[in-house]
Amino acid sequence: MLTLTRELHDAILAHARRDHPDEACGIIAGPAGSDRPERFVPMLNAARSPTFYEFDSGDLLRLYRDLDDRDEEPVVIYHSHTATEAYPSRTDISYAGEPGAHYVLVSTAECGNDEGPFSFRSFRIVDGEVTEEEVRIVDTYGD
Amino acid sequence: MAIEVRIPTILRTYTDGAKAVTGAGATLAELITDLDSRHPGIRARLVEENGELRRFVNVYLNDEDVRFLKGSATELTDGDQVTILPAVAGGAR
Repeated sequence: MLTLTRELHDAILAHARRDHPDEACGIIAGPAGSDRPERFVPMLNAARSPTFYEFDSGDLLRLYRDLDDRDEEPVVIYHSHTATEAYPSRTDISYAGEPGAHYVLVSTAECGNDEGPFSFRSFRIVDGEVTEEEVRIVDTYGD
Repeated sequence: MAIEVRIPTILRTYTDGAKAVTGAGATLAELITDLDSRHPGIRARLVEENGELRRFVNVYLNDEDVRFLKGSATELTDGDQVTILPAVAGGAR
């Protein structure tokens, strides 16, 4: 199960709508080992494409160094599908390189840049195997 | 010649959980072969059968993506740091 604050959920959704029809991407970092997404880090889609996303390789190195310095890890890795459903594609599965992360997919196929229906789903992708998980939205994580 | 190699989470099964290991080699290809001698299986995760780097991994020499250098033929010097990261990519297609 992915537990996520309303604020972070809305930040991902807003990024996806803003970048539509291109795919939006980014991560939510959290303390290593905590499984708690805390810090929203939107990334540039270096592919600037409606059917592909990719972190720029220089951005990727800086991101991981920053995570290391802060003793964080990518708890959530998110991206949008802008014409198809919010389910990992074969490409998504073949690239999935963080077995500990929650892979969040947002579909903006219906809402485009505007308010309106969207789909927000979360998956584990481990050794090529996709498992959907429940997304629980909370006001705060509490103690 | 000692090169520090930073290992991403997904490949730490090959390094007994170590985040960094030390290797040797005059080129990246030699370094990867050297790593594989102590961490069997890691090479196949990094390079294709033809020796080219897999597109699912990014390899950096110090701050530079080796794709912008000479790929697996990139020369290494004592004290260099090599960082391996899984590419973060995907898409609807």
